[in-house]
Amino acid sequence: MEHHGGVTGKNIISLQNVSKTYISEHKTNEVVRDVSLDVQENEFVVLFGPGQCGKTTMINLIAGLQLPTEGKVIVDGKEVTAPGPDRGVVYQTTALFPFCTVMGNVEFGPKSQGMKKEERRKKAQYFIDLVGLTGFEKSFPNRLSGGMRQRVGIARAYANDPKVMLMDEPFGHLDAQTRYMMEEELEKIWEKEKRTVVFVTNNSEEAVYLADRIIILTNTPTHIKHEVRVDLPRPRQYSDPEFLKIRREIEEICDDTL
Amino acid sequence: MNEFAKEKRRQKIKFGIVSILSLCTFFGVWYLCSAVLHLKPDYVLPSPVQVVKAFITKLNTKAPDGATLGGHILASLKVALSGYFLGAIVGIPLGIAMAWFRKVDMFVTPLFDLIRPVPTIAWIPLMILWFGIGLGAKAAIIFVSAFVPCVINAYAGIKQTKPVNLWVAQTFGASRREMLFTVAIPTALPLIFTGLRISLGTAWMTLCAAEMLASNRGLGYMIQLNRTLARADLIVVAMLTIGVIGTIFTVGLDALEKKFVKGGRRR
Repeated sequence: MEHHGGVTGKNIISLQNVSKTYISEHKTNEVVRDVSLDVQENEFVVLFGPGQCGKTTMINLIAGLQLPTEGKVIVDGKEVTAPGPDRGVVYQTTALFPFCTVMGNVEFGPKSQGMKKEERRKKAQYFIDLVGLTGFEKSFPNRLSGGMRQRVGIARAYANDPKVMLMDEPFGHLDAQTRYMMEEELEKIWEKEKRTVVFVTNNSEEAVYLADRIIILTNTPTHIKHEVRVDLPRPRQYSDPEFLKIRREIEEICDDTL
Repeated sequence: MNEFAKEKRRQKIKFGIVSILSLCTFFGVWYLCSAVLHLKPDYVLPSPVQVVKAFITKLNTKAPDGATLGGHILASLKVALSGYFLGAIVGIPLGIAMAWFRKVDMFVTPLFDLIRPVPTIAWIPLMILWFGIGLGAKAAIIFVSAFVPCVINAYAGIKQTKPVNLWVAQTFGASRREMLFTVAIPTALPLIFTGLRISLGTAWMTLCAAEMLASNRGLGYMIQLNRTLARADLIVVAMLTIGVIGTIFTVGLDALEKKFVKGGRRR
């Protein structure tokens, strides 16, 4: 809750010549090739690329769930060697714990950190309220809609007070209506609780709506094709001609890469 | 909402009525075949009335099989529950360990796969040779019968854990141990309960088989001995008692599961 204010100019994530190759029995599969990227504190960066490119791998590399074959990932001045509480992840599929209530899910992180019950309850409640789920604290995930589940996922990642939020197509499975609503909600939440966000999507509209900066990726082996800065005032209008222009621009660049 | 609750109650009442009807039909047909039509002599096919009478006298008569009904029930329960709990206490942690630790899996799985297809009843002779015909042998047989489903289901339950849930726990800074206790075991809980339920059923069934082969007390023994005495009424009393106790077990386990398994059975 202490990270107020805009982009500070301080680098918080730094990928330095990162490559990732999977070696299996039958073949080697180069997924990410020589990616270098700096993300500043409180910046909202969208990784935009075609369907099966290595976007999830990039998220996992920053999260420390996978380690690069070559190069380094540095978060907040330290090289990433393992997952840590400074990096929260929101996944596409419902990665909620089905056996925990909404409250149980959101307080999971603080609990793992050994925070006292009263304190972590208060904190979890703050983020449950923030994502608009007040009154659903005792519900289990199987009783929630897809949109509500993703709200829980976002609250859960926030409650751990990460420096960096990594979001892997969090709205990819939602219907269009819910998706618009969640994009708006996410922006509001982010305006209120500024964090550095790396957000993966293959939806150009979502990318332009949310991003400070859009990184356009190629098909595998993934590398950075181009980057586009979005300076439109927030909240943005989907039908704004400027909005549409940027959308067309990134789609064209992306198509080129196929 | 109120309308919904009413409809639900109506369904429940309907279900109750049909259930009672089904039981009445069964006992009616039975009564008809035995007491009215006398299809078979009484000592082969006793009527429900005879069975009820036998049940009442058996409550405090030891003849002809050496114990009152309560005595037989107690003897059977003691054996069944001690073997069952032992099987669960050893089987569930072993299944969890096999699923979570690769080395345990590699070491135990070949042995387990070898033992698993051996029918529990096939263990009876060996157990009698080892432990005699007292509580020990039967408890050991029940143990084997309860142990196997507990291991299999605990194992399958842990394997159900989604990698993405483990990742989330990892990004929250959970250690391997914490991941096991806060993610994998809660995920496995519904299947662990399935294992408990299956093994309770097999334990109870195996018990009767064991008691029929080697025993001097218990419900299985009661069935076996009364066959030699041509007391079909007492055989039926024992069979119905076994059925009722089995049902009580199932209901009890269901209630326990409702208390412990939260958020639906599907993971």
